[in-house]
Amino acid sequence: MDIVKAKDLVFEYIRRDEEGNVEGISTAVDHVSLQVAQGDFVAILGHNGSGKSTLAKHLNAILYPTEGTVWVDGKDTSAEENLWTVRQNVGMVFQNPDNQIIGQVVEEDVGFGPENLGVPTKEIWERVEESLRAVGMYEHRKHSPNRLSGGQKQRVSIAGVLAMHPKCIVLDEPTAMLDPSGRREVIRAVRGLNDVEGITVILITHYMEEVIHADKIFVMDKGQLVMEGTPKEIFSRVERLKELRLDVPQVTLLAHELRKKGLPIPEGILERKELVEALRNLK
Amino acid sequence: MIRDITIGQYYQTDSVLHRLDPRVKLLGTLVYLVSLFCFHNPAGYAVALLFLILCIRLSHVPFGYMIKGMKSIMFILMITILFNLFLTSGTVLVSFWKITITVEGLKLAITMALRLCMLIIGASLMTLTTTPNHLTDGLEKGLRFLKVIKMPVHEIAMMMAIALRFIPILLEETDKIMKAQLARGADFESGGLVRRARAMVPLLVPLFVSAFRRANDLAMAMEARCYRGGDGRTKMKPLIYAGRDYAAYIILLAYLVISIFLGRWSVMTELLTSL
Repeated sequence: MDIVKAKDLVFEYIRRDEEGNVEGISTAVDHVSLQVAQGDFVAILGHNGSGKSTLAKHLNAILYPTEGTVWVDGKDTSAEENLWTVRQNVGMVFQNPDNQIIGQVVEEDVGFGPENLGVPTKEIWERVEESLRAVGMYEHRKHSPNRLSGGQKQRVSIAGVLAMHPKCIVLDEPTAMLDPSGRREVIRAVRGLNDVEGITVILITHYMEEVIHADKIFVMDKGQLVMEGTPKEIFSRVERLKELRLDVPQVTLLAHELRKKGLPIPEGILERKELVEALRNLK
Repeated sequence: MIRDITIGQYYQTDSVLHRLDPRVKLLGTLVYLVSLFCFHNPAGYAVALLFLILCIRLSHVPFGYMIKGMKSIMFILMITILFNLFLTSGTVLVSFWKITITVEGLKLAITMALRLCMLIIGASLMTLTTTPNHLTDGLEKGLRFLKVIKMPVHEIAMMMAIALRFIPILLEETDKIMKAQLARGADFESGGLVRRARAMVPLLVPLFVSAFRRANDLAMAMEARCYRGGDGRTKMKPLIYAGRDYAAYIILLAYLVISIFLGRWSVMTELLTSL
């Protein structure tokens, strides 16, 4: 069963000059169709301005399609009566951790979502505890979010979404403002949710190392979906990725260059281990 | 600079006053503040002072910490004292040069100063023992009856809570922008008032822009987490009156009765004697 499905999705916004006159129409998302199966870990890659964030906002009914349709768990997101079910089913984590934490204490922030859903008090506490434990932030539950590191704040944001019991979590560049160790923390937490809790994850990013374990990758460029496949399939096409101004993991690039120079190494090597193995088998 | 103002900042400790329902504290503070202006005789002051000392002892907040916060209002206090001291007419006590101090002036200055001090300590006692979140919760629930006249009570409380949450973030941001502008040769220190005020422009403009951007992001994040106003919302930490809250109400009522009784005593005795 597909948790998220988009068909011929188009989103246009009107650019205006300072006086408010229409300057032109920009198409941020251009006829995108995609399907995400329940329980998958999906990554959406793309350069800045490729429309990936705009696409993400459609999955949570923050934006509505200009044309086409988006279904979440079989429900049309543009129908008014589905709004809250859609938003509960698809949790959204944004880029800046400071701008999405509402509570002054970690546990209060995590409780914000369930409070909005009208969950009874006792159950809110249970959900808060279980969500904070899932991201490994339970011991910080009484702290002020201002005292936490970026990675910790972002994990609190994830817990806040988790407490709403979503079927799917969309993360819109959750690691863009973090240092490498914070990035690792967050990605580990996200992968844990996917592996252990079976929650569908849609990760939007431009860090390639974060997507090599994904079940499926979508690549966007200028609002269109240009590539789709497993990480191996995507990263076998190094030249095409370079055309799209996307980085390739270092190991993959090295393997690719070696192959170009004539070494019989397979394309789409994603991890150092694989490359070592391939080089060993050369003899 | 802004961090130095300790007046009314929450003081983390455990006491009966800390655990009290915020609604009790809000009403109590209000009643106390009003009561300060209801009496005109020493007995009334004594009762009010006694009540305040009792509350301070109950709060476990060190007195020195409270006094430290008072420094920032010393100036206003001094002005009040001086104005009352020199500008009240009546029987002359001392007189030199152009300055005369009257008995009435002296009395008024002392009582006004005492009143102001009690007022400020009384009010800060509430904020010292109540977290901002608790306070907004208390306001929201305590003022819920205003919804009848279409007051957006929940929205106001939510705005207060968010404002409080963002104070440290915006302070940090101000600091960052200030440093960035200083690095590019901005001068916030020298010049007269006008020049200094003008120097704030390159600080305030980016600060406002970023605050609006943050507000936009936050609104989106709240909506994404199904926020839709106060209707149908449950509370993680609901406010429920406990035994101690009722006890506090009774004590408050007792204080009110005593202070009115004492405060009006002189008036009543006068009335009685005139009869």
